[in-house]
Amino acid sequence: MIAKSSGKLLLLAPLLLFLGLAYVVPFLGIVRWSFTLPEPGIGQYRAVFSDPLVQSVFLRTLRICLVVTAASLLAAYAIAYVWVRGTRLQRMLAEFCILVPFWISVLTRAFGWLALLSNRGLINTWLEAAGITSEPLALARNELGVIIGMTHFLIPFAVFPIASAMRSIDERVLLAARGMGASRSRIFWTVFVPLTSGGLIGAALIVFVFALGFFVTPAILGGGRSVMVAELVYLRIFQSPDWGLGAAISVILVLFIGVLLAMMRRFIKPAHLVG
Amino acid sequence: MQSSRPGPVLLILAMAVALFLLMPLIAVVPVSFTPARFLSMPSDTLSLRHYQALIDNPAWAHSILLSLRIGILSSFIATLLATLFGLGIWMYQPRFSALLIGFVLLPLIVPPVVSAMTLYFLMTTLSAFNDWIGYDTWIGVALAHAVMITPFAVVLILVALYQVDRRIDLAARGLGAGLATRAFKVIVPNIKFGIATAALLSFVLSWEEIGVTLFITSVNAITLPRLMWMGLRDNIDPAIAAISVLLIIVTAIILALGMIVGKRRRDVH
Repeated sequence: MIAKSSGKLLLLAPLLLFLGLAYVVPFLGIVRWSFTLPEPGIGQYRAVFSDPLVQSVFLRTLRICLVVTAASLLAAYAIAYVWVRGTRLQRMLAEFCILVPFWISVLTRAFGWLALLSNRGLINTWLEAAGITSEPLALARNELGVIIGMTHFLIPFAVFPIASAMRSIDERVLLAARGMGASRSRIFWTVFVPLTSGGLIGAALIVFVFALGFFVTPAILGGGRSVMVAELVYLRIFQSPDWGLGAAISVILVLFIGVLLAMMRRFIKPAHLVG
Repeated sequence: MQSSRPGPVLLILAMAVALFLLMPLIAVVPVSFTPARFLSMPSDTLSLRHYQALIDNPAWAHSILLSLRIGILSSFIATLLATLFGLGIWMYQPRFSALLIGFVLLPLIVPPVVSAMTLYFLMTTLSAFNDWIGYDTWIGVALAHAVMITPFAVVLILVALYQVDRRIDLAARGLGAGLATRAFKVIVPNIKFGIATAALLSFVLSWEEIGVTLFITSVNAITLPRLMWMGLRDNIDPAIAAISVLLIIVTAIILALGMIVGKRRRDVH
């Protein structure tokens, strides 16, 4: 018995200790900052809930995250369907299109969108050359650019749980529906889609939670104009040193996500995070 | 399977999504050949000056070497810790497995900006005690990356472990194998592909990590993404396009090879 528990400890303890010391303990330090900087008390939390600027940032973040989640789910569903149920060639092409962006850095991808969307970018150059527009359209450095860039980043994360739900559908259920005379589109909408709802909810949660904490893509594609919550933390720490407020926002974000995930935990499967 | 191949509507939609996914990666190619000093489309002449700039400016080579070093160290730490942890969960199935797994996934679930602040706190604290590990040092960055990438390694290794037949471990135990033999001579060889994938993904994630790196480096530990970030924020430097093209090509080749090897493996089994 002693040997058994010592072996268990030997294997489990290193990672738990590492994360405890390098992650949990410092996070408690952040919590402390939120109550002590610049002066002890709950002043920073009061500021978060009363400052109209902070509130407008929270609202914008929520709005962008919802739009991005909806767009990512729709796009992911279409390509996941082809990845799971397409012909051999279609499956391979879909897999390539999903995995290549997944493995490429967020910076490269954000830069790619700048190359497409900025004033001297591909799209505006073409539109002007074709005589369709006379001045560049504002596609980047605004909220639209942020939504496009974030959706692009998050589609692969939405594909994995959806594809996994699609794979686990029992083929005989679909055959039964067909045998009873249901049309293709009826089978899709009333049998297939409902059977993947667990995967859809899991995907929505992952995308929404990831979108909340984003700051690299918004910082590059938003051009400082449509600041989201995570970028606000970054700015509060590095530009207008207000560590207490940054810490308080961080703590609120973590609490919010913790509650959200606790409520929805049955829809999350860790294996879905890496495809 | 044949009964419900994607219909025309879904196929068109999926093709649009595929195009959307690849578009920004393709768009950097023409930009990288612009003769201008700013982000633009080349109009009549193509130029390799931005590729030349990657060679001429030693900062790029420095940051690439630094990122390699950090990637290797952090991937090693993450893979090692994740493998031990996965073995512990799989072999002993402790009562609070789900809770333990949830705990080690924290750095993945918590918003990156909060993790970044947390690790900033850790690094500045460590810097107060020593010069080697802490804020703006390469070992400090590697440690911080290890924290961030371990969850991914844990997930990949657990997925690999769940496919192992428990009977081989029972057989080894029945034959009198001790813990170390069971873990490293029986189970690990059966998940070596999963471990290799975890190490590779860990390396790539560290190689491209920017969120945390931004917070914990200033002038010394300038990783490749950190250098790219500096070129992206102020005036967009087309050298970023050149380095992006190279990174995309390398990634696509590795991935295509991985897909071919993976297919062959699946065919063998």
